[in-house]
Amino acid sequence: MNLLTLSWKYLRFRPLATGLNAILLAFGLAIITVLLLVQHQFEQKMTRDAAGIDLVVGAKGSPLQLILSSVYHIDFPTGNIKMEEAKRISRSRLVKQVIPLAMGDNAQGLRILGTNHDYLDLYGVKFAAGKAWEQPFEVTLGAESAKTLGLKLGDTFSGSHGISVGSHDHDQHSFRVTGILAPTGKVVDRLVLTSIESVWYTHDEESKTEPSTPIEGEEASAEIEEAPEQGIDPHLLPVAARGFPLTDQEREVTTLLVRYRNPMAAIQLPRMINSGTSMQAASPAFEMSRLFELLGVGISLLKGLALALVVIAGLSIFIALYNSLKERKYDLAVLRTLGASRLQLMILVFLEGISLTTLGAFLGISLGHGFLALVVLLTSQELVSLVDPWVLLPGELLIFGYALAVGIVASLIPAWSAYQTSIAKQLTKT
Amino acid sequence: MLLKTTSLSFAYPGQPPISFPDFSLSGGEALLLLGKSGTGKTTYLNLLAGLLTPSLGQVILDGVVLSALQGHRLDLFRGQHIGIVFQKPHLIAALTVKQNLELAQFLSKKKGPSPTDLLQDFGIASKASAAVGTLSEGEAQRVSIARALVNTPKLILADEPTSSLDDEHAQRVIQLLKGEAVKIGAALVIVTHDQRVKSEVSQVLELKSE
Repeated sequence: MNLLTLSWKYLRFRPLATGLNAILLAFGLAIITVLLLVQHQFEQKMTRDAAGIDLVVGAKGSPLQLILSSVYHIDFPTGNIKMEEAKRISRSRLVKQVIPLAMGDNAQGLRILGTNHDYLDLYGVKFAAGKAWEQPFEVTLGAESAKTLGLKLGDTFSGSHGISVGSHDHDQHSFRVTGILAPTGKVVDRLVLTSIESVWYTHDEESKTEPSTPIEGEEASAEIEEAPEQGIDPHLLPVAARGFPLTDQEREVTTLLVRYRNPMAAIQLPRMINSGTSMQAASPAFEMSRLFELLGVGISLLKGLALALVVIAGLSIFIALYNSLKERKYDLAVLRTLGASRLQLMILVFLEGISLTTLGAFLGISLGHGFLALVVLLTSQELVSLVDPWVLLPGELLIFGYALAVGIVASLIPAWSAYQTSIAKQLTKT
Repeated sequence: MLLKTTSLSFAYPGQPPISFPDFSLSGGEALLLLGKSGTGKTTYLNLLAGLLTPSLGQVILDGVVLSALQGHRLDLFRGQHIGIVFQKPHLIAALTVKQNLELAQFLSKKKGPSPTDLLQDFGIASKASAAVGTLSEGEAQRVSIARALVNTPKLILADEPTSSLDDEHAQRVIQLLKGEAVKIGAALVIVTHDQRVKSEVSQVLELKSE
């Protein structure tokens, strides 16, 4: 028997009031937990995925959309750009590196991204099996993609047109898995990587075999008349591992990921592209901070709600402690006759408040994680599925801090009143 | 002498002081404190327990002047050496019977007899892990006596311990108090106007209003 046990027994003695107060506090803290987790993980993932990308160049449209589609692979691309123009940018002295991307297909909702091996280096990937693509229609799967598709090395599959599920399939050519990446926790995990040539040829076949069907979207370009390649089928040639693919045709890519050569480029290059070409340039850092600013309003609102809940819980705990103390004045007097000091009674009341709020904190944090897990489980939205609900953050210690503060503040007056209780007066009053 | 009072007087704020007659008791002796309502029986008991501080005079228990102790030292001394039985049992309802006794030992920081043994002596061992709310009045009063005795005090104070009990239970409670006081060599002071108690204790101190 000690004061902590005693305070706990008192809490257990009023299960309804204790439960209600703990749950009330837990709700407030759960919202804070969810906000903390979501905000932290988004910002972390967003920053990690955009590391090494100074600028994204693509077709004109919404700059945010351009970033979301090309860096995070969540939104639709803004369109395609001519490869000739893209090449011109890569030759600029302000540019250190350019990674071309070609999009437009998916495999069961996972995006097929045509690019070169620089993209793999950008994210510092390691291979769990196999190696990077070398021939057309060879693909490398991200760790999650491999799991979702259930494919192994050497397996074949066909993609479908568009970047979300439901469009018609490209049956003419099937992709063959030659590499599977180890998990990175970055966006590559959810991609199917291949060469730009593979993306082109998939759509070439389509144009040839179904000439009557107009090709929608970004690939609707003038690739129908394929020039004869001096008798050599380009499908049998190795693809370009670095830089742009070699071709003498008029081809398109979707976007370019650009790395600056020097800080000067940050000022000159975007302006040059935006005003001097038919393309647009967008900076991931800038667009993401703009997005977070927009989301900030909602986050502040939720934070306000959470704060209100925590304050109400604090008040409710205060009222519960104060009322139960009134009923217990006699108990307190008895404790004093048994040898308890005034200080011990005060500690007892504080312990009761703090145990209650600590319980609320545990409950709130579990509730927050559980809620997030449920949301992730129930949604197919890719943006949401980025969140790992079971990550524990150091910031969650702060939640215990909040809970402790609420417990202490709510107990202040009751504890003082316990300290003040006159035993003789209490005991004489029957 | 185990317990001795000398020229005690106490004044409630705004009221004339009340003076109390002196008495002294040895270990194992019992004293009845009688008097009509308003003669200060309970006040006297509170002074003896150190719950009130006398404005004049001293209570000396086992050589220690009670009014010289203050704050936590007084609380601790009370917990260790004085057992108080109230008119109502006043057990801590959130705890079980045995936990009520353990609490008394924890608060006084004293190792007394094992609570289980004591409950055995009192014939309520079967209720050791029962919730306090399930006890009958007589059982509850016996538990409260056990709690007062769990630290083997030198002084046992009982304030109308039998007033809410029937004859049989009242008899049992008095025998328990007397018997245990003799067994552990403690002085026993009972405040009462219960006739059933008066016949059991020979030493009587009657308070008169002035």
